[in-house]
Amino acid sequence: MQRIVKPKTQQGRRALEKKEPKIIENTKNTLFFKGGNTSNIVTQVLKEWHLLKKPYATMFSKKNTTRPFEDQSSVEFFTSKADSSLFMFGSHSKKRPNNIVIGRLFDGQVLDMVEFGVDKFISLHEIVGPKSATGIKPCLVFSGEFFEENDENKRLKNLLIDFFRGANAEKISLNGLEHVISVTAVSGQIYIRNYRVLKKKSGTRIPRVELEDMGPSLNLSIRRTRLASDDLFKRALKKAELAKAKKKKNISRDDLGNKLGRIHMSTQNFGKLQARKLKGLKRKPTKSADKDDLAENSSKKQKVDEEMSES
Amino acid sequence: MASKQTVVDSILTTSPSIPSTTVENAALIDIDEGLLMSSNVVHDLKEFRQNTETVLKRISRDATQVLFNSLWQLPVEQVEGNYLITLPEIKMWLPREKPVPKKKPLTKWQEYAKGKGILNKKKSRKVYDEASGEYKPRWGYKRANDDTKQWLIEVPANADPFEDQFAKRQTAKKERVAKNELHRLRNIARAQKVKAPSFNSMLTLKALAVAHKSTASIGKFTEKLPKEKPSKFTGKKRKFEPSIGNLMKEKEKHLQMLEINAKKIPTIDVTKATNRALREEERSKTQERRQSKKTPKKLRGKKAALGGEKVRKGGGNKKTRGKRRL
Repeated sequence: MQRIVKPKTQQGRRALEKKEPKIIENTKNTLFFKGGNTSNIVTQVLKEWHLLKKPYATMFSKKNTTRPFEDQSSVEFFTSKADSSLFMFGSHSKKRPNNIVIGRLFDGQVLDMVEFGVDKFISLHEIVGPKSATGIKPCLVFSGEFFEENDENKRLKNLLIDFFRGANAEKISLNGLEHVISVTAVSGQIYIRNYRVLKKKSGTRIPRVELEDMGPSLNLSIRRTRLASDDLFKRALKKAELAKAKKKKNISRDDLGNKLGRIHMSTQNFGKLQARKLKGLKRKPTKSADKDDLAENSSKKQKVDEEMSES
Repeated sequence: MASKQTVVDSILTTSPSIPSTTVENAALIDIDEGLLMSSNVVHDLKEFRQNTETVLKRISRDATQVLFNSLWQLPVEQVEGNYLITLPEIKMWLPREKPVPKKKPLTKWQEYAKGKGILNKKKSRKVYDEASGEYKPRWGYKRANDDTKQWLIEVPANADPFEDQFAKRQTAKKERVAKNELHRLRNIARAQKVKAPSFNSMLTLKALAVAHKSTASIGKFTEKLPKEKPSKFTGKKRKFEPSIGNLMKEKEKHLQMLEINAKKIPTIDVTKATNRALREEERSKTQERRQSKKTPKKLRGKKAALGGEKVRKGGGNKKTRGKRRL
């Protein structure tokens, strides 16, 4: 839709442009927010996943009395404010203790939403040892036939992949592969583990992979689900016809892979060029100019005096 | 050479001190390199239940190893000391965040220009500024030939000598901006297929009529525009028939009324009738639904006999429970 009220500042215009739909999309941002009541476990879960997803995540620290499964409007509102299309909502009640909702949106509307109960939680800080760097793209491992059983479970897998996959990068550094998120589903329980990768020597070019627990670890059980209709989901899957990328001017790369830029400058004024400073070359003010200056100063002073006397 | 290689291979595979990168059941592990994802299976549920953590770690390790094996096969490029690989396309279909952007609708001018084959002329960004003798931006801050910064304007020969030329220029600019804004809004309305209010719309005529009367003497002395028509929006005064006068007319009127009554054919308002019919249909449907939902009378009696009056258990807030009973 075209905007009727124009943004007033350049900054505002740019901010709106950033939120507009794009052909090649940016990485999905995740919003973490709490319900009216939260347990210690739930807040910790939210905090630690926020930490793991960090450059692409926003955390709302205040309470919000909302129930996503009863009224989605507040979820849609909050996510629109933070321009995020993934969310994790945590709450705690007698009926649903340690409750977590993971969901995603399409076009500002809730697409899929799954509610989990946290049965077991081991914090990032409880497990001693080095952690992977923040903002790193994780490797994902999905295990268990559960995820292939029916369409609903397949969609759940799709949602979790979307949630955990990190930045959508074209190129990645092999050194940067040091975080594994493992999601295993066995008989209704979902086990989520975070591992750090240790690359051992194997005698070949490919390293031998060893994993080390990093935390957080979660055991989840599925509670309620609300998945999008096939029609809406299909619409969300639509791929854009790629427009030909506009060539960036004045940027080139040489054979060594160095980036070269061509810049245009206005002609230099060599008269004003600062050479070595020498006392003898210093320009002295001419005498006549000097006198004028003095005269001006004295007149000003007089004026001030007059004003003072009057007052 | 070949024999040497086989020896090395055999050492590598047999010696337990150097761990290998081969994985058992690697064929069962699916990988999606674009997502850095691999899918494994859980073989032994019994073992899984007994020592979950070790099995989880083993499954994940195997899957990751298989993923790494394939990632390390991809062509590597070195940029600033980093070994980069280009990931292939994602196999899995993931939903978009926002819909595919639509093409911006053409403005009226753009459409016209397209039809006529008019192309945009490229203008240089900088223009020679005669006053300073420098090249300056064509528009915007510190622009060349800036007419807002002039301190003297020549009064044209045919202009009113007492007219403020500076103010004239400023109002002209303001009007141009307003016109542009109006056209922008009209283009938006056109794109959304909404009828934009035109100047001669009812609204403006109504406003004119109101303005006409908005004087202390209720518009009695307001001058009329050259070609102004009588407004539709001024209130009409009731006019009564004269009580005595034209008898023929009165007679005709009464006869007409009698004739209509004699024919007794009520005129039908079609929309009203259809609306009523629809409403009745709906009502009967809901009634049917309600009746079908109701439990039969016999059962109702039984239920009441069994349960009797519902005994309320203490519930809700513990603190106020006692108070509420009082």
